Amino acid sequence: MKLVWIIARQELRMQFDSLMAYILLVLFLGFSGIFTWLYGSDIFIYGQASLQVFFSIAYITLFLLIPALTMKSVAEEMRTGTIEMLLTKPVSCWQVLLGKYLSIILLIVFALLLTLPYYISVASLGNVDHGAVICGYLGLLFMSSAYIGIGLFASSLTNNQIISFLLAFAISIFFHIIFGIIGHQFGGIVGQMAIGLDMDSHFESIARGVIDTKDIIYFASLTFAGLFLAERSLASKIA
Amino acid sequence: MDIVIKNLTKLYGAQRAVDNLSFEVKTGEILGFLGPNGAGKTTTMKTIAGYIKPTEGTIRVGRYNVETDADKVKQVIGYLPEHNPLYSDMYVVDYLRYMAQLQLLRADKINDRIYEMVNVCGLEGEKHKRISELSKGYRQRVGLAQALIHDPQVLILDEPTTGLDPNQIIEIRQLIRKIGHEKTIILSSHILAEVEATCDRILIINKGRIVADGTSDQLRKASSGCECVKITVENADRNDVVRVMQNIDTVELIDTMKDNPDSFEIQSKEGESSRRAIFNACVENGWVLTEMTPIETKLEDVFRELTK
Repeated sequence: MKLVWIIARQELRMQFDSLMAYILLVLFLGFSGIFTWLYGSDIFIYGQASLQVFFSIAYITLFLLIPALTMKSVAEEMRTGTIEMLLTKPVSCWQVLLGKYLSIILLIVFALLLTLPYYISVASLGNVDHGAVICGYLGLLFMSSAYIGIGLFASSLTNNQIISFLLAFAISIFFHIIFGIIGHQFGGIVGQMAIGLDMDSHFESIARGVIDTKDIIYFASLTFAGLFLAERSLASKIA
Repeated sequence: MDIVIKNLTKLYGAQRAVDNLSFEVKTGEILGFLGPNGAGKTTTMKTIAGYIKPTEGTIRVGRYNVETDADKVKQVIGYLPEHNPLYSDMYVVDYLRYMAQLQLLRADKINDRIYEMVNVCGLEGEKHKRISELSKGYRQRVGLAQALIHDPQVLILDEPTTGLDPNQIIEIRQLIRKIGHEKTIILSSHILAEVEATCDRILIINKGRIVADGTSDQLRKASSGCECVKITVENADRNDVVRVMQNIDTVELIDTMKDNPDSFEIQSKEGESSRRAIFNACVENGWVLTEMTPIETKLEDVFRELTK
């Protein structure tokens, strides 16, 4: 566990050193800020003291940004060979991947903390359902966690960052959009399975303030599956 | 800490990178690992360092088995991989600190160790630079510093002197010699002079198998087998010299040399020496012997012969 933390801290430092973290924070806050407050169907058009608008914008923004955060993590280590340095220390593949996972999820937590002023502003405008806000943030964290898992898996498949980004994007888009479309087009078993895999429905129910074990299991198993496959892929590359 | 390798085999697909390799390295010994490109040197070293898993066979470092006690082994080994991969965005000191932390060094010792490594490896002037700004020689020193940072008992160095200039090569050699007194070291190289200068023992492998094992003197003897001398005689007729020398019992063959008509190469029969007889023959015939030099087999020749 100590090693996981050492790796995570190092990863975070590198993200901030290379400006990557700042660029992503600016993009995330800029994008979600504009569409929450200034443009489109913003909060003032809704006219309700609720962060629903922000949550649905952040839901899309994070989906787009997370592959950019994960693309480098394993691919770059394999391209430069530094993975060999790591794994000949008393460090396992799991510890490397968990460290990287932890660093990215912490960055997301940081990004979400920076949106707390949105919450404070809305709360001062009217009566906010505090439970729903907390659940909304949790939902965003859960979905990020799942996409980080997928992103790390994609990153472990290739030495090329761009391919890794596109792969992560391609896999994520199934959960984000395509399963939903399939689910609504087809009936029967196929449709039901697709709906079950669709992230939208799970996110919606959490963001509305209902935390169901079904949804938690969904996000946890996606995260775990991503990390597990990443570990297998990494272990097979060095065998 | 000694290293025992038994029947190590590593397959890449159908290709045998390492083929039933067995050897031991004693505590405090510096073993030079030689072989042509693709002989299996790097594969063997990566397996000892625990980066890749052997297809068959066992490796023991001290009391620990590389596969079952992987973490313990990694803590006693300092490893410098081929090509020396480094995080080029990091500062030298930060990098060494990260490596020390990954080796689970105690936090209060880390700064001392970094200071010591910077001194030992001559990184004083570069310690606050980014690794990407360093020249190849300094990058190599950083690699060596990270391998030594946790004061390991075993060192695995895969071509530690590639890319260094002659002065740096000598410094690194001296460094290896210095630390080699207490540590067990395996180092690979394709510079034969380097291995000869630094190592107590040489292991030559080819196509994944051991083809020679011993000190450099032993290897030379084993490959040449018989004494060979070059002589130069003045005041003598070429043909007479050849005739007389051929009549000596212990001489196997005599060759004239093209560049100098007074010089000859004389090879003795296996296990025999004819230097005395040659001298006496010259005295008897009144020839002036101006040169008699033993021709040593070079390690290069041994290497070429064994890895053909």
